[in-house]
Amino acid sequence: MEEHLSSTPAVSVQELVHHYGERAALNGVSFDVRPAEMFGLLGPNGSGKTTLFRILSTLMVPTGGKAVVLGHDAAKEPSALRRHIGVVFQAQSVDVKLTAEENLWHQGHLYGLRGAALKARIHEMLGHIGLADRAKDKVETFSGGMQRRLDVAKGLMHRPSVLLLDEPTTGLDPAARRDLWQYLNSLRQEEAVTVIVTTHLMEEAERCDRLAIMNQGELVALGTPLELKHEIGGDVITLETTNPETLAERIRSRFVVEAQPLGNQVRLEREQGHRFITDLVEAFPGEIQAISVSKPTLEDVFIHRTGHRFWTEESETKG
Amino acid sequence: MATPAAALSSPSPDSALLAAFTLWWREVVRFYRQRSRVVGVIASPLLFWVVIGSGFGSSFRSGDAPGQQHYLDYFYPGALIMIVLFTSIFTMMSVIEDRKEGFLLSVLVAPVPRSAIVLGKVLGGTTLSTIQGAIFLAFAPLLGIHFSAASLLLSLLTIFLVSFALTALGFAIAWPMDSSQAFHAIINLFLIPLWLLSGSLFPLNGASGWVRMLMQINPLTYGVEALRNLLYPASPQTFSLASSLATLLLFTLFMFGLAFVMANRRGSKPAA
Repeated sequence: MEEHLSSTPAVSVQELVHHYGERAALNGVSFDVRPAEMFGLLGPNGSGKTTLFRILSTLMVPTGGKAVVLGHDAAKEPSALRRHIGVVFQAQSVDVKLTAEENLWHQGHLYGLRGAALKARIHEMLGHIGLADRAKDKVETFSGGMQRRLDVAKGLMHRPSVLLLDEPTTGLDPAARRDLWQYLNSLRQEEAVTVIVTTHLMEEAERCDRLAIMNQGELVALGTPLELKHEIGGDVITLETTNPETLAERIRSRFVVEAQPLGNQVRLEREQGHRFITDLVEAFPGEIQAISVSKPTLEDVFIHRTGHRFWTEESETKG
Repeated sequence: MATPAAALSSPSPDSALLAAFTLWWREVVRFYRQRSRVVGVIASPLLFWVVIGSGFGSSFRSGDAPGQQHYLDYFYPGALIMIVLFTSIFTMMSVIEDRKEGFLLSVLVAPVPRSAIVLGKVLGGTTLSTIQGAIFLAFAPLLGIHFSAASLLLSLLTIFLVSFALTALGFAIAWPMDSSQAFHAIINLFLIPLWLLSGSLFPLNGASGWVRMLMQINPLTYGVEALRNLLYPASPQTFSLASSLATLLLFTLFMFGLAFVMANRRGSKPAA
């Protein structure tokens, strides 16, 4: 049975399309998630990842295509599926007027757990998330990071096979973020679950086994963070200049390399970047105000695939 | 994997009741953890009664027999219904709050039938407003009303039915809303008329044609009427107790059905 399970994907998204009225939020997205994988959905706001999340968590029926989770079609068999998935929403779902223990007690009841088995599970989960000594305290006395951990524990109470998390670190400071990811990793090992997490943060995406990068309702890249970064040949060189359009054009014709104007910068990808910058600076004296060479990041992958920055001005003002 | 999944996927009535119980429990615990709400529920009937009682004094006095003559006596069942009405509807503001936080979403993705969600939440609100109604009922002896055990139980049943029906109505109104301001606007639009035309303020028999018709189709009229029958058995009755209670029961079932239909909508629009 184990072998059979590992060969079939835990989650299979097939040609998923979704429209809000006229606006298309998902434009035919397909990918598979393997069992016990930490799978990231990376994309800026409005890329469609939250829509995808809502469809996977059975809250919304897609306009077209289908999402199959553990062999159940999320649109057609929501009640069968709900038993096997744990969901952690971006908005906090713990009740701050209840204690940590009461929150998990309530959650367990919703999934049919009760009695001694429920008590044991509450005790176990509170231990996992490091809140055993705060079991009887009201959640309103907890820090944001602690509340978030309790949210995750809620999602795992019924031992789901798949855990879905929507931007789980929203509103947490960097230390609490790191903490939460450590807990996610240890929980994944202890509970042996497939984890799908949406994020707009590159450093979080780096921690996933595999990533789907989304942009404007479409899948732009799929692979491990390393694979994705390797597809960029060598290093990334960024030049600051007053006239990026013309400089990019002149670099293209002179060095036969793809140069991309982005804002007040020109960006290009090249092996042996540190050697190449001397050539560049000598070729265009006085036109380059600053120059940098770096190893490719996931943001570079995004720019490489979409031709624009991850955070465009528009998406930043939208928040 | 197929067998246990299939066994689990049809939720037993037992687990639906457990879910309803836990939602009810949360509603009640949340209530008594917020001291100002507790004070409000206990103090408001008290305050209401003291102010109204002293305000009316001996105005509108018209006779000596209990039940009909003193306007304050007449007004008592209506005042009780009003208190139940407001508490019932406003407890369901929690639906909007739960939706704003992620709490409601986490309930919606649980393998819980929507009927259990409606039942749990509505019974939670019903419990609170029934308790408030019962507190108000405890003042009845001050008016010289003494009832038998049977009529006390029937009065509590009436309060329970009215509470349940109105809480379910509050649930159905609150469910699709995303702001408590919108909720207030709707409530004011039709709750006040619902109460005014329930026989709480003036009797149905004396009303003019169209008002009288509205009063007859207002389900709340039957709650007020049932209470009046139980509190003042000697006074003339517009409807028999049995027909009032039957109407009330139908109203309650209808409201629960309405709340259920609202909660059962699952579509292509965002649920959050």
